[in-house]
Amino acid sequence: MPVNSTHYLFLSLLLFSIGVMGALMRRNAIIIFMCIELMLNAVNLLLVAFSKIYADANAQLFVFFIMVVAAAEVAVGLAIIVMMYRKVHSVDINILNRLKH
Amino acid sequence: MELYDILFWVLSAIAVSCALGVILSRNPVNSVLFLILTFFAISGHYVLMNAQFLAIVNIIVYAGAIMVLFLFVIMLMNLNADVEPQKGQLVQLAGVISGGILFLVVLASIKTAKAEIMDKTSTDIGLISNLGKVLFKEYVLPFEISSVLFLSAMIGAIVIGKKEEVKTSATAKMEHVSE
Repeated sequence: MPVNSTHYLFLSLLLFSIGVMGALMRRNAIIIFMCIELMLNAVNLLLVAFSKIYADANAQLFVFFIMVVAAAEVAVGLAIIVMMYRKVHSVDINILNRLKH
Repeated sequence: MELYDILFWVLSAIAVSCALGVILSRNPVNSVLFLILTFFAISGHYVLMNAQFLAIVNIIVYAGAIMVLFLFVIMLMNLNADVEPQKGQLVQLAGVISGGILFLVVLASIKTAKAEIMDKTSTDIGLISNLGKVLFKEYVLPFEISSVLFLSAMIGAIVIGKKEEVKTSATAKMEHVSE
């Protein structure tokens, strides 16, 4: 069976679900952040696949902008994690569930 | 089976197994390395689909810059498997079940989707000359706005990451001098 759009749908759905599972399973804030990156990449993969199928360059530009936003997000998010580590000396998100220090 | 199909299955197997490695490995450094491998596999998919520019950007920006930033932060904090916080078995099971339910629901909804045939001939829409034309003709405003976004993210990261003790110690020193 030759590769068609359904294969790419399944692959990116699988990667996205793994990302969701990781974000729910782990307590380390950095790992949760990496799972979010994984979900973004699953969506990027699907956008590129449909860009190839419909021969449309707009989808690839969307992927480009998603990467731009992800880079900005990582810079701010890692700064927040470093600040949190400096305050509570841990990256465990369960420490942060009381909204006070 | 064509070469395209073989490469698709090999790259998919690498991507999915490394993604599982990200969420299952206890050591955060191993997680980062698995995620880099996943990004390389996804870049291979991009090359397969004639999106060469995105493949290169994915390697340079994601695997090169972002993941090295993650690695630096993890090594700065001296995290390893011993201090890794673990959720209880029940919470982990609940996470897996909810992720699996999401997978099943979306799987059921896309199962009947029409299978579009992939055009396996090489096209030039993914080349940088074509993407550059589209970017600077139709997406000039978002491109410029993203530069403002980067500037604000940069300033935000510096403001958030700055040590607060520096200011207090400086003011304390000034008070000491004035006394």
